[in-house]
Amino acid sequence: MTEIKHSARGGVPLDPAAPLLVVEDLQVEFRLREGVARAINGVSFELAAGQTLAILGESGSGKSVTAQAIMGILDSPPGFVTGGRVLYRGVDLLQLPERERRKVRGAQIAMIFQDALSALNPVFPVGWQIAEMLRVHRGLNRSDAQDQAIRLMERVKIPAARQRARDYPHQFSGGMRQRVMIAMSIALDPVVLIADEPTTALDVTVQAQIMRLLQDLQDEFQMGLILITHDLGVVADVADRIVVMYAGGLVEEADVVDLYAHPAHPYSRGLLDSIPRLDQKGSDLPAIGGLPPNLLHLPAGCAFHPRCPLAQDVCRSGAPPARVELGPGRAAACHFVDQTLTAGRPA
Amino acid sequence: MSQVILRGSALQKHYPIKGGVFRHTVGQVRAVDGVDIELRAGETLGLVGESGCGKSTLGRLLMCLERPTGGQLEILGQDALKLDGKALRRLRRDVQIVFQDPYTSLNPRRTVGDIVAEPFRIHRDVVPRGGVRRRVQDLLDQVGLNPEHINRFPHQFSGGQRQRIGIARGIALNPKVLICDEPVSALDVSVQAQVVNLMRQLQRDLGLAYVFIAHDLAVVRHISDRVAVMYLGKIVEQGDEAAIYDRPTHPYTQALLSAVPTPDPQARDDQDQIVLTGDVPSPADPPAGCRFHTRCWLAQERCSQAEPELSLRSDGVGQHASACHFAAVRSPDQTSAA
Repeated sequence: MTEIKHSARGGVPLDPAAPLLVVEDLQVEFRLREGVARAINGVSFELAAGQTLAILGESGSGKSVTAQAIMGILDSPPGFVTGGRVLYRGVDLLQLPERERRKVRGAQIAMIFQDALSALNPVFPVGWQIAEMLRVHRGLNRSDAQDQAIRLMERVKIPAARQRARDYPHQFSGGMRQRVMIAMSIALDPVVLIADEPTTALDVTVQAQIMRLLQDLQDEFQMGLILITHDLGVVADVADRIVVMYAGGLVEEADVVDLYAHPAHPYSRGLLDSIPRLDQKGSDLPAIGGLPPNLLHLPAGCAFHPRCPLAQDVCRSGAPPARVELGPGRAAACHFVDQTLTAGRPA
Repeated sequence: MSQVILRGSALQKHYPIKGGVFRHTVGQVRAVDGVDIELRAGETLGLVGESGCGKSTLGRLLMCLERPTGGQLEILGQDALKLDGKALRRLRRDVQIVFQDPYTSLNPRRTVGDIVAEPFRIHRDVVPRGGVRRRVQDLLDQVGLNPEHINRFPHQFSGGQRQRIGIARGIALNPKVLICDEPVSALDVSVQAQVVNLMRQLQRDLGLAYVFIAHDLAVVRHISDRVAVMYLGKIVEQGDEAAIYDRPTHPYTQALLSAVPTPDPQARDDQDQIVLTGDVPSPADPPAGCRFHTRCWLAQERCSQAEPELSLRSDGVGQHASACHFAAVRSPDQTSAA
């Protein structure tokens, strides 16, 4: 998998020395009848080859919208990217014409969705759908594409792949369907894989199978993996780095071990505290009070201040510092980073 | 020990599969297939298992939403399956339910006041007609909602708040048992903790007993006194929360617990994860013998022939019920997965 191969395939002049994927100050808004919802307000992060970056957040935090903006599949209207850059090997994807963009999408940056049943086409056999990728992007003929599709299904460990390639999506179980999605996403040897809640709809035993499969494929192909999830357990299990999002903003960025051991933002800390732990049996969970804000009416100042135990006047009046640097690759968007870091977490 | 208020024995629910030109019954989905279950006053029984294991069907059987195809059900000393009409309705007052999805379980065209007051329209003698509004406002207050929002519609509330509305409706008739079918699964992590705390609070205040059906094992451990693990329509292991989580003896429970990712990145490498192969078999055609044998790494010939009894078996410290021929704690140093 050399870069020359990619650039020849994609037709886009890529810089092999540039970082794999850099998102810079991304801004997305949804223009709705009720007003303008600022879904993403200046999100930045970087992904290296072979790395797993988790985007952690609750519903409405903007984590899926970030993925859609990177992929260029934002529903537009109402969604519009209003600022920022998405650099893939030095090329700003947001500036590419749609024709060029389409060559990058799928071939170099691929995506897996949460709900495989609605992401797959119900009226075509799954083998046909995987083969379609290869026919369109690689120009393979029908029978070569079909053979290749079956090999892909074998690679994601679907039993009896040759027979099952003729089955339709509804004939598969949830876990097997997610494997079909994964087979489709790796069909063109992507360099970046974005997995949007890939296991949320699955049972834990199946979740473990799918996460292991993703890790094996990542090790094999050195893909950069962006894992979008709200599950703190899954993140701890597989991620190298984490960005935490809240109400469309990035509140903390850290190495996985650092984040779990010493969260620097009160929101990250609140999330970690609200996981039921053994020693809390019989007592109340330390919940974050209140509710996530409405993106149409974001609170003034820091979006988290109405729920924050540390909030002061300064949080209500002005935006928090976008990045308080805390070391290499570690930052948080809060006035009171030191207080949060030093406050001891019950171990 | 408190009194048993709900007891199911050999409960069974088979759904017919119709097929052919004349819609003959061609098979049975054995959703619940011989379950013995007991609930004591004021306790929480956690019911865990993967989707399709029959835990929701069992919940519906326990509150007589569905009639079992076999077995007995005794609620507050009465044979619930012999009751109908008025007597059944009277009994239902004591067993209420909270559903998983707060988006589809509330009628979008009714106000919150109407939704929470609905139980009072069916059971007219609980609250005098003039006092309903007052009582609904008290209930809203009790579940942490603003009583002034009584005239709002469900869409004006967030997911967590809607679940509170569902809980208010569930406790309106002062039931003794609340069946909670995945009550926090649809909620965000930060809101989930609030609802779990609310449920514990209500249990203390009202002396409720919960059947807490969920697939989130950490939440179940937090809230439950006892836990039952279901697989393909049967309970495979049952016991005190600590026995199930710290000393599981059934391989399925062990696999289930080990599959839950620990929220601690530093424990990543010492996790001894059992990854099961394959999917849950179809409940229309469950495997012979032990139903788990097709996915079990301990399975011997005997497992595909003789079905193991759910009986008390040693877990190293004491005994709890497990349905495995080779029931044993996996390793002495194995600790919790929660």
